[in-house]
Amino acid sequence: MILLQLFYEFFKIGLFAVGGGLATLPFLERVCEATGWFSHQTLVDMIAVSEATPGPIGINMATYAGYATAGIPGAICATLGEIAPSMIMVVLLARFLKAFAVNPTVKAIFYGIRPASVALIAAAGFGVLKITLLNLDASSEGLLAIFQWKSLALALAIFAALDIKKWKIHPALAIACSAAIGIVFRFAE
Amino acid sequence: MNPYLDLFITFSKIGGLTFGGGYAMLPMLQREVAENRQWATEAEIMDYYAIGQCLPGLIAVNTAIFVGSKTKGAPGGIAAALGVVFPSLVIITIIAAFLNNFADIRIVQNAFAGIRACVLALIVNAILKLRKGALVDLPAILLCAAVFALAALTDISPILYVICSALAGIAIQTVIARRRAS
Repeated sequence: MILLQLFYEFFKIGLFAVGGGLATLPFLERVCEATGWFSHQTLVDMIAVSEATPGPIGINMATYAGYATAGIPGAICATLGEIAPSMIMVVLLARFLKAFAVNPTVKAIFYGIRPASVALIAAAGFGVLKITLLNLDASSEGLLAIFQWKSLALALAIFAALDIKKWKIHPALAIACSAAIGIVFRFAE
Repeated sequence: MNPYLDLFITFSKIGGLTFGGGYAMLPMLQREVAENRQWATEAEIMDYYAIGQCLPGLIAVNTAIFVGSKTKGAPGGIAAALGVVFPSLVIITIIAAFLNNFADIRIVQNAFAGIRACVLALIVNAILKLRKGALVDLPAILLCAAVFALAALTDISPILYVICSALAGIAIQTVIARRRAS
């Protein structure tokens, strides 16, 4: 039963992903590889759409993944699965929350999980990098043909622009601009 | 108005009008929840937000559940959580359906090829930001490097890394505390 499976997979993500929306990315990549419900390409599009639309990024990605897997019922099951652990935890812990947040053991746990979370997102980012910058089908045409030079240049330009603090570029704006650049310079051709 | 419906609608508004996830939600939360509805004080919202970051799950959803359950108990928490995800469900479903049907069009393919480059830049940018709060000392940096190497080279479930690094966190902090004591 795919809807139950979706709920279960996203329940696990809601329970183990710590550190906000992008922290769900390594888990989604895992689901993608283990189940084949959606492709790597779809996964990258999912991030783009989730960053460019309102709402929490993690929820947007869960909804998209659920929809890609099993249509509207899938979207609903994945999203409910991802928020169910939070509901259970907060309702159970409500009274102890303040004590929970200052507990030394809890602090030590998160001291360990946070660097791991950064590492996992970085490793998943590597997968995105491969899809975006490398064109492995073209490897017979020589080393230079493997790189997507246009994409590399755009990624570097956006990274540099995001780094300029006083510009405060919103992700949605960066995405809109790169869509326009992609169309004008025919990135997919 | 029915208090649960009120929670649902208010959090739908917050979810539907914030771009960029949990961090962008804070000003909106303060206006809607503290000023307009007085469900929680600004200080309480900051607390919820801080605790919400240290719990599994999404910050925006966790904070919504805190506010909802403070106002109307567990059902209130559920109403607020459903409210905050409702706009995503509608908007994303529409976009995903659209992309499904128009994915073969040249112009859409070109646009998404451009967007993918942007996503890469956004991910790197997010990692650099997260790094500040995560890589606080040498053991944390080493732990991060070890997990990255393992995750890049092997095919182990992320869940296992999270559990092991939680245990590693406890072990490292215990050692640090002992050293300090002696």
